[in-house]
Amino acid sequence: MLSTTEKEAIDHEIGLVPHKRATVIEALKIVQQHRGWISDDSVEEIADYLGISPAEVDSVATFYNLIFRKPVGRHVILLCDSISCYVMGYKGLYAALQHKLHISFGQTCPDNRFTLLPNACLGCCDHAPAMMIDKDLYRDITIEQLDDILKKYA
Amino acid sequence: MMTERPLTRNIYPDRPPMNLKEYEQTGGYAALRKVCSSMDPAALQKLVQDSNLKGRGGAGFSTGMKWSLIPMDDKAARPKYLIANADEMEPGTFKDRLLLEGNPHQLIEGMILAAYAIQADIAYVFLRWAYHEAAALIRKSIQEAYDAGYLGTDILGSGFHLEMYLHTGVGRYMCGEETALLNALEGKRATPRAKPPFPQISGLFGKPTIVNNVETLCCVPHIVNNGAAWFKGLSYSEDGGTKVYGVSGKVKRPGAWELPMGVTMRELIEEHAGGMKSGYELKGVLPGGASTDFLTTQHLDIKMDYKSVAAAGSRLGTGTMIVLDSGTCPVGFVHNLQHFFAQESCGWCTPCREGLPWVEKILLALEKGDGKPEDIELLQMHTQFLGPGNTFCALAPGAMEPLQSALKYFMEDFEKHVEHKKCPYD
Ligand SMILES: Cc1cc2nc3c(=O)[nH]c(=O)nc-3n(C[C@H](O)[C@H](O)[C@H](O)COP(=O)(O)O)c2cc1C
Ligand code: SF4
Ligand code: FES
Repeated sequence: MLSTTEKEAIDHEIGLVPHKRATVIEALKIVQQHRGWISDDSVEEIADYLGISPAEVDSVATFYNLIFRKPVGRHVILLCDSISCYVMGYKGLYAALQHKLHISFGQTCPDNRFTLLPNACLGCCDHAPAMMIDKDLYRDITIEQLDDILKKYA
Repeated sequence: MMTERPLTRNIYPDRPPMNLKEYEQTGGYAALRKVCSSMDPAALQKLVQDSNLKGRGGAGFSTGMKWSLIPMDDKAARPKYLIANADEMEPGTFKDRLLLEGNPHQLIEGMILAAYAIQADIAYVFLRWAYHEAAALIRKSIQEAYDAGYLGTDILGSGFHLEMYLHTGVGRYMCGEETALLNALEGKRATPRAKPPFPQISGLFGKPTIVNNVETLCCVPHIVNNGAAWFKGLSYSEDGGTKVYGVSGKVKRPGAWELPMGVTMRELIEEHAGGMKSGYELKGVLPGGASTDFLTTQHLDIKMDYKSVAAAGSRLGTGTMIVLDSGTCPVGFVHNLQHFFAQESCGWCTPCREGLPWVEKILLALEKGDGKPEDIELLQMHTQFLGPGNTFCALAPGAMEPLQSALKYFMEDFEKHVEHKKCPYD
């Protein structure tokens, strides 16, 4: 069941558009914000609430990169793998992260601390290489800084 | 000589952006007052057309012309929409972030003016999910604008009404393509729509809609304040205004700078970006983001405007350039780009959905030393198959631009990978 808070947030979005269906993406964002990811149950609950089929909700959910259809760790690391960061050496950072966390792209630490994902250009190519952890942006990163950065996330 | 930089004059890297009051103190919302008291929508449309403002989102289409296609009579379908495209996700592009984080009220004022010109009822900022700081700033600034009476009903007594909302995306390059953006705003997958009908006639929820880039909209208040002739005079070329240019890669001072439209590539790289880092030479440049053709050292003196870059065989695109240096393998560089495009293909049409992953695989094989001589021909073929006219939207043709030009300028590097059965840069 969608919680009251989730429903209220979705209702607010429904009020802004001509028909309920248009709020699928907003609903997915709202539910993910509360639950961390979108489970099959979440898909069905959203579909039910908006009066559309679960398949329709899922086709939208799976299309977008930042809707997680699998559980993620407490913190999500998004390492930019696009061109300026490629030129400036994101691969070295990736190798160092793999070594430190023992996970590769798409994986989550066994203690659930981090999920590591590649991400397209973060829009700060003049400060490459760049990565985001949760909502925090890190720029001009060197391998030496990684330990200090990771320490902040328990 | 100090050049004028209206868009970034009040942006300081170490200071938070101006709040409403500070923005007003530096002349903010004067353009809106002027328009509300003394200009009708047709006059504003004409002013922007006369200024020669061209869209800064990549295609360089005349903004005044675009607006003029919106139905303006009483029978026009309502509500009409104005959308700021702030989905900036073209790899190597970081100019809209500067404007969004640096001066959010400038964008909002530009949007209100654009909405007035087309008599829109509802405006959206379609913002990329990753720009969390911009999201907070824009949310706050929209509220300030409502509180000051610049948004809502009967704005400044003009009888004009406008509601404005922030929408944040959930990560997909295709959301930046204007018709796919409309689908995303309707809660659908971000696949493009067939044109015609054009968004001006049938856009968001089937209603007349204009989509403009952030930088385009930020120019509008300055055009209103200072006039079309002034705006044209800012530029070194026939396209009006300044441009927020950027340089990234192995240069001494990567960054973004607002400069007269039409500065040379040499000035950008050598003066503003400080030249190449020591130990590296310039080998090539993508002048306007990942989906533009390479230019090389022979092109350094061309002007960075729409016409001149096109004449040299590429596109101004977003005006944020990525530098390929002598220590970076062009094949690996292009492989990285094609990985991005293959991943972001929306899958709607076959040549792109099937072709891009194939291109990516061939390039990876070359990088690993498993390439065959035929592979280079296959790549050439794909640049035709996925070229303009063969796919539903501009993503695939855009993806082919850096590939076809890499094959033209750096063929020797491709051949060496095949001959030596390894990457010569490793
Ligand atoms: C795949 C693709 C992605 C695009 N991404 C963006 C973008 O992030 N921002 C943008 O302003 N325009 C983007 N565009 C261009 C838009 O379709 C559209 O031309 C532009 O927003 C129009 O604004 P303008 O006339 O002010 O330039 C993209 C185009 C394509 C084909
Ligand atoms: S060219 Fe690619 S991105 Fe564009 S519609 Fe076709 S499949 Fe989708
Ligand atoms: S390429 Fe990494 S931030 Fe743009």
